[in-house]
Amino acid sequence: MADLTADIATGSAPGRLTTADGKPLKAALAAAESHARRRAFFLVLPLLLFVLITFIFPIVQMLHQSIYNPGFTLHRDVGTGVKTPIMINVRNWFDENERGSDPDESAYAALHKDFLLLDELRAAGSVGTRINYDMSGTRSLFTKTARRADKLTPPFQEGFLAIDKDWSDPEVWAVMRGASSAYTANFYLAAVDLTRDVKGDVVSVDDNRALYVKLFGRTLFLSLLITFLTFILAFPVAHLLATLPLRYSNLLMIFVLLPFWTSLLVRTTSWMVLLQSQGVINDALVAGSLIEDESRIQMMYNQTGTVIAMTHILLPFMILPLYSVMRTIKPVYVRAARSLGATSWTAFRRIYFPQTVPGIGAGALLVFILAVGYYITPALVGGADGQLISNLIAFHMTNSLNWSLAAALASLLLVGILILYWLYDRLIGIDNLKLG
Amino acid sequence: MVVSAAGERAFVEYDHVQKSYDGETLVVKDLNLSIGKGEFLTMLGPSGSGKTTCLMMLAGFETATHGEIRLDGREINNIPPHKRGIGMVFQNYALFPHMTIAENLAFPLEVRKMDKTERETKVQRALDMVEMGSFGGRRPSQLSGGQQQRVALARALVFEPSLVLMDEPLGALDKQLRETMQFEIKHIADNLGITVVYVTHDQTEALTMSDRVAVFEDGRIQQLAAPDELYEQPCNSFVAQFIGENNTLEGVVESIHGGVALVKLDSGDLIDTVPVNVNRAGERTRVSIRPERVETDATRLGPDAHTLKAEVLEFIYMGDTFRTRLRVAGTDDFIVKTRNAPDRARLQPGQTIDIGWMPEDCRALDA
Repeated sequence: MADLTADIATGSAPGRLTTADGKPLKAALAAAESHARRRAFFLVLPLLLFVLITFIFPIVQMLHQSIYNPGFTLHRDVGTGVKTPIMINVRNWFDENERGSDPDESAYAALHKDFLLLDELRAAGSVGTRINYDMSGTRSLFTKTARRADKLTPPFQEGFLAIDKDWSDPEVWAVMRGASSAYTANFYLAAVDLTRDVKGDVVSVDDNRALYVKLFGRTLFLSLLITFLTFILAFPVAHLLATLPLRYSNLLMIFVLLPFWTSLLVRTTSWMVLLQSQGVINDALVAGSLIEDESRIQMMYNQTGTVIAMTHILLPFMILPLYSVMRTIKPVYVRAARSLGATSWTAFRRIYFPQTVPGIGAGALLVFILAVGYYITPALVGGADGQLISNLIAFHMTNSLNWSLAAALASLLLVGILILYWLYDRLIGIDNLKLG
Repeated sequence: MVVSAAGERAFVEYDHVQKSYDGETLVVKDLNLSIGKGEFLTMLGPSGSGKTTCLMMLAGFETATHGEIRLDGREINNIPPHKRGIGMVFQNYALFPHMTIAENLAFPLEVRKMDKTERETKVQRALDMVEMGSFGGRRPSQLSGGQQQRVALARALVFEPSLVLMDEPLGALDKQLRETMQFEIKHIADNLGITVVYVTHDQTEALTMSDRVAVFEDGRIQQLAAPDELYEQPCNSFVAQFIGENNTLEGVVESIHGGVALVKLDSGDLIDTVPVNVNRAGERTRVSIRPERVETDATRLGPDAHTLKAEVLEFIYMGDTFRTRLRVAGTDDFIVKTRNAPDRARLQPGQTIDIGWMPEDCRALDA
């Protein structure tokens, strides 16, 4: 261990502290603590690797996927893993001819060459799928053409048109031009209900196909609503938890935590039992003659169902941070306010409530972020109009297999949350956050 | 300055007040207490003696189970705390952490709907009074304990209450600061002419600051008296033990007549004492003598003094005083305090000496 006695008189530079044997104090300190620091680093290394591999890497991968889709440029054989560049000739033609120029015979000839390769690689389906993302109903155009490509003879233009008249559709060519580069912003455009027209300009999609902006809006609105509802319900419960004598508050705490010990699916399904039109609540209302049998209230498979079930499921995430903050607020503050002349309402509003704000902030942020990305509950009880954006992301991941669009939607969601987080930091301050 | 409330109308009055939290035991048993206007009264007692409960009932945070509490002649049992107009300083100051010092002080004025300019003048005046004039913009967490204490005091006074309650306000301060603050609180209270009810378990604090001290134990006032009377004439052995240091010798009353009780100590020695709460011969008693009233140098004693043999067990040098532990009449913890003066000998452990005291300093109390 180096002797850390600082001696300014023997220091090399004025004001620079050194140890007794003349080493700079800062260096000596770093050397003395390096062992402990190294050990600490090795302790956190497994976690660091875990986070890198399971969290950072997938997110980077997702961000990349949202702007990169090689479906029209590269074919990867599933069996051998060999990668072959495809559609080279038509991509060259796109490079040589500017956007908007009509496809001439040379374009069709290039396309023919590419189709021969596609047929050989059996890759027409995947290329068709890629084009189908931007223009639905085109997948079969590619598979059909690839099957007959080897029988085509010049002039190719007529040959292609004979196979399918859609080959003369300028939109097909515009979409192929768009897909000819693996890197594209088109998925982000699609994620906000925009598309490119034949001239390559960004335009909104038809009203009947616009979907995502409305869904983002609904997700935002429902999440805010759920956050607000959990706050209204959690505040008195957390207050009781923090102020009741220990044996009652322990019991209450068990009730709060009980949902955590029950499977999410079980909780959601029990809401289905309660809320459906032949369910417990409707039966009770009908039995009590409060409503007619024909006019049973529809509380399930719509937004109401999503809101009710998610509010319940996310409630503990609001109660716990609130409770942990309220527990630290001494009752003496309210007493002091009362002794200074405040009514109990004023004491609550001016003294108690402002001190709970860090808890409210933490709870609201937690519930909101969880709600924005919630998937299972809306999928089960949401019906058609209770779906959230995450359900659509899941649809693109598992059903339409348009991973790039799913990644773009997820990235937008991520950016939205980061913006809200930033706003929260600006308005309330992130160091005010108290999670426990 | 009113020292005793006798004769004039009481400002604060507890009338047969009882308090129970669980319906089984009484925390406060039949409290009767009158406090005069402008008086500084301290409720002193060990923890659990009921003193804080009495204060909280006056503040309105606890309700009396039985009896009446009157403020300025008006019954206040059913008046909520915010309408009582009583200033209060809490144990850990209870400064609102989310407000600045100035906002803390303005709070009682705001809820009284005072306009802004008047508010600011009063806040500044109150802060100046406790020498914290330049701290208005700070947060409570940026202040030291002593500074927070001053602010808490200013906040309790800023709305000019005529009665201020203090619940162990100096408990969290270090010794030196506590002593400074004792005088400061006392001076401010005197200057403003407010009535103060002060709760503490620190007897030095009680003696230093109060006009009168009520010693609480077991839910009752054991003695209510001015500090000098309390110290010099404790009315029972609890008060004698609790206030200041005290030597106790146990024995039996032999006879009482002419204001003198002859007590036969358990060691067999006979001493004259002042009978305080012994009534007849044959009763067991505890004789109390203050350590500073015992003389270790027998040559300095008058002719009427008692003398006893004592063995020195321990001699402690404490700077301004010497503290000697002796074996006297069978007890091993008989303490004598002597002022450190050049002509005073330092005793050696093992030495046998004669000690003595005047019979009037020796009080026969309950056993």
